[in-house]
Amino acid sequence: MTDQSAQNKTTLKLISVVFGMFVFGFALVPLYDIYCQVTGANGKTGGAYVASETLEIDEDRLVTVQFLANNNANMPWEFRPSVRTLKVVPGKIYDTTFYASNIARATMTAQAIPSVAPFHAAEYFHKTECFCFEKQQLAAGEQIDMPLRFIIDPHLPATVQTLTLSYTLFDVTELAASGAAE
Amino acid sequence: MTEKQSKLGANGQIRRIMRWLIAATALASSIQAFADWSALNMTKGVTEISRQVYDLHMLIFTICVVIGVVVFGVMIWSMLVHRKSLGAEPASFSHSTKLEYAWTIIPIFILVGMAVPATSTLRDMYDASGADMDIEVRGYQWKWQYTYLSDDPAQEVKFMSSLLTPADEYYNRTPKREHYLADVDNPLVIPINKRVRFLITSNDVIHSWWVPDFAVKKDAIPGFVHESWAVVEEPGIYRGKCTELCGKDHGFMPIVVKAVEQDEYDAWLAMKQQEALEVYETVGKTWTMAELMETGEQVYAQHCQTCHQANGEGIPPAFPSLVGQGLAIGPMDAHVDIVVNGKAGSAMQAFAAQLNPAEIAAVVTYERNAWGNDVGDMVQPRDVNALITGEE
Amino acid sequence: MSAVIENHHDDHHHGPDKGLMRWVLTTNHKDIGTLYLWFSFAMFLVGGCMALVIRAELFQPGLQLVVPEFFNQMTTMHGLIMVFGAVMPAFVGLANWLVPMMIGAPDMALPRMNNYSFWILPFAFGMLLSTLFMEGGAPNFGWTFYAPLSTEYAPPSVTFFIFAVHLMGISSIMGSINVVVTILNLRAPGMRLMDMPLFVWTWLITAYLLIAVMPVLAGVVTMMLMDIHFGTAFFNAGGGGDPVLFQHVFWFFGHPEVYIMILPAFGVVSAIIPTFARKKLFGYDSMVYATASIAFLSFIVWAHHMFTVGMPIAGELYFMYATMLIAVPTGVKVFNWVATMWQGSMTFETPMLFAIAFVILFTIGGLSGLMLAIVPADFQYHDTYFVVAHFHYVLVPGSIFSIMAAAYYWLPKWTGNMYDETLGKTHFWLSFVGVNVTFFPQHFIGLAGMPRRYPDYALQFADWNMVSSMGAFLFGFSQLLFLFIVIKCIRGGKQATDEVWDGAEGLEWTVASPAPYHTFSTPPALPERSMA
Repeated sequence: MTDQSAQNKTTLKLISVVFGMFVFGFALVPLYDIYCQVTGANGKTGGAYVASETLEIDEDRLVTVQFLANNNANMPWEFRPSVRTLKVVPGKIYDTTFYASNIARATMTAQAIPSVAPFHAAEYFHKTECFCFEKQQLAAGEQIDMPLRFIIDPHLPATVQTLTLSYTLFDVTELAASGAAE
Repeated sequence: MTEKQSKLGANGQIRRIMRWLIAATALASSIQAFADWSALNMTKGVTEISRQVYDLHMLIFTICVVIGVVVFGVMIWSMLVHRKSLGAEPASFSHSTKLEYAWTIIPIFILVGMAVPATSTLRDMYDASGADMDIEVRGYQWKWQYTYLSDDPAQEVKFMSSLLTPADEYYNRTPKREHYLADVDNPLVIPINKRVRFLITSNDVIHSWWVPDFAVKKDAIPGFVHESWAVVEEPGIYRGKCTELCGKDHGFMPIVVKAVEQDEYDAWLAMKQQEALEVYETVGKTWTMAELMETGEQVYAQHCQTCHQANGEGIPPAFPSLVGQGLAIGPMDAHVDIVVNGKAGSAMQAFAAQLNPAEIAAVVTYERNAWGNDVGDMVQPRDVNALITGEE
Repeated sequence: MSAVIENHHDDHHHGPDKGLMRWVLTTNHKDIGTLYLWFSFAMFLVGGCMALVIRAELFQPGLQLVVPEFFNQMTTMHGLIMVFGAVMPAFVGLANWLVPMMIGAPDMALPRMNNYSFWILPFAFGMLLSTLFMEGGAPNFGWTFYAPLSTEYAPPSVTFFIFAVHLMGISSIMGSINVVVTILNLRAPGMRLMDMPLFVWTWLITAYLLIAVMPVLAGVVTMMLMDIHFGTAFFNAGGGGDPVLFQHVFWFFGHPEVYIMILPAFGVVSAIIPTFARKKLFGYDSMVYATASIAFLSFIVWAHHMFTVGMPIAGELYFMYATMLIAVPTGVKVFNWVATMWQGSMTFETPMLFAIAFVILFTIGGLSGLMLAIVPADFQYHDTYFVVAHFHYVLVPGSIFSIMAAAYYWLPKWTGNMYDETLGKTHFWLSFVGVNVTFFPQHFIGLAGMPRRYPDYALQFADWNMVSSMGAFLFGFSQLLFLFIVIKCIRGGKQATDEVWDGAEGLEWTVASPAPYHTFSTPPALPERSMA
């Protein structure tokens, strides 16, 4: 009967909307990541930076970069920046290190997660070398000085005079072992 | 029927209108009176921003009250007058395009009127540049840690700030004193009239740092750092709260900020830096059992009791008992290790991040000898320190 | 003429089965509506008991009755049960009973799926309630279950919570598909969309909202499940994820969800006020467009639940403006109800009392919502009792009052008996006073600085908390009177006529009271004037 087929059509259309919205929910995950990468809206800095053009350097402009180093939850490592602040000229390359020591009794793997405040400065903070690009594995008692090499983009808005880069160490020993981490 | 209708003749209607106008005026003017009752209304606070926020709040609140009075006034009037029992006959109109336009467009103007000052205040709140000092605020389950960022990490002032109210008070065993649930052992101390930048993050779950008198509220998110700022204009003690559900003691991790004159702040900071140095140096001396037990009991009460309870019996299975079982009477090395490093997959945190070696040595010694455990041994701060730094 | 079988003849041949199996196997929309309504009432009482545990603990400062861990379970379960077990199923029950009759259809389009939709719920809620007895206790992370508190730090029962949410979601989705297919395909010939009663319109729009957002909720709890059990890191910063992502996805569901909980209420009130004012609903077309605007806007305002999470200023400003905009169509609806009352010829039976209280008290809740939309001010309100006051105003004297209004209004149609009017009015006044004494002071304690989800509080909050708790017990126990009234009405009372209410319009008032088991087996001839 036409009534029944009309009903079936409507039902099928609605069921496909249900599936579509379920997929959309999951699609929000990469969409969110892309949005954040493009806008730097969640303070996360990107991957390794490759300079694509020569940067104009204003020698007179100085930006203060503060470094924070923290452990998350049960992470027991000693973790601190070798310097707390650096005054940098945007456009020039700078090097610094972070000291980490595994004081636990077993080998552990850590992942350093960066976060920049204010968030909108994140997209101007370029790292050419960073210990946060890979997981760091340290044996019991092992110590390491981890390098960070960065450039602040000269296009950083003039309103930003101080920028804080925070690293949080997370224990990913189990995640690394199961190979399921990103 | 006609009698009743005549009672509501022109005079009656005018009298009713007058009564409503008087009531509305009284209400509007009493809003200002309510505005000062601290038990009823938001605080004006002690910063330029907090005053702007308060003014915005009173503006919107007043607009809402006026809208409410007008709309409810019309409704109540209608209920009193347009009744079947008074013989009212229902009118036959059921739409008016003009009215629909009017009550769509007029509210839009009112909303714009609210949005403009709100936008301006928000832009001010978001500009944390030009700070005189930076403080990292880190939320833990269930306390706060404050770090005064300085160029020399080894000399940095860093401390935990925990609820001071004892469990005896909130379990109703002793009377509740002033500042019940609003007092901490180590308040955050800041100078007045200086732009203080807060860098807010978390150690574990999402918390939120709120000081109403500053109109500063920012979520503390693990792995991320947020900035906020305040310039406090009046010296005083300002109390705040954690405002994001973070587990069992969400209601028991208050915030206390003490704003003082610059010279008092400088003296305090110097004293804290000296204390930090002294703590470091006490690691060098040898402690007696009595000293360890005394300090250990205090450390236990501040940092361990909330989970393991004052009598050491804990709340199994999440928070094990320390009485007559487990590592508390087991190998010393393992006992120190679990306090220093925590236990992955459980709520037992790595206390090396919160307690100095002397405090750890003291609390471990205390746990091994309290509650009838009486193991009889003790550990020195320098040994705990050696374990932490990996030196021998 | 005799080829047409009259409705009352059907009773004799196709009456309902006897016994318990009737209820298990029924595909009849009236039976299923009844099942949903009783289920939701039971859940309302269970959730209400949890609320009383909360308010009893908060009666005085100090921890007298429960420990904080259990308090967190109570606040969480109270929210989940009320949202998913009381309000939503009640509206689905009303939809089942009324939509087919209002559009002149013999039943819902998919009667067997209708049966499944209901019967999933007792299983889902049985599972959810059983978590109270599991080791580690019930979910304790708030009904909004933010990560990582609900993932890495959750009790073992979180997995059962996730399964329960999936089941409830499936039930809602199936029910909504049923509603849409029914309304689009089974209207009596000649009934255009703009002829339908507003209750049918609000349910059509609500059903679309449910179909769109319940799958997103399913997605977010699945992501939680994966983070907890399968080593993914959607919300774990250590693995490259973001706890704030959880909040965005959750509230993308969560904001439309609160409109799902209020739009049918708007429909109920739009049926009741015209009847008791003896005057057509003012601005029918405008009401339809306003409802549709509210539904559309509800998709693009979600982050106003997250203003303190650290979004960039552009995001905060956008969400502030969009949220403020929702006040416009909502205001239009309120004005239209008032205009319906204006120059009507009103009487104030119990359904009308609840409906009018809805308009006033929901508006108060809406105005506090407008205050919450203003971001700088929201920094002082967020996660305090001011928010608790706001949403309880829109949900209790909002949604719940509309459900009670609907019950009183349509009980005579469902049972054939008038309810006891004196008792009904008593229930109304006790509830009205109770609800205001409970929730109005919560505005004050929120402004004065008391956060949400606190089992204990500083001394300056004590007085208003005590008042609020007293109101809660008054309101709670008054609902036992409601139970008594409903049962008494079912068992007997003054015989109801077909039309029941002087001034009632709609197809449901053209059939007998109680409504025959099968109505509109043949489509009705519509009255000449439109329903608008």
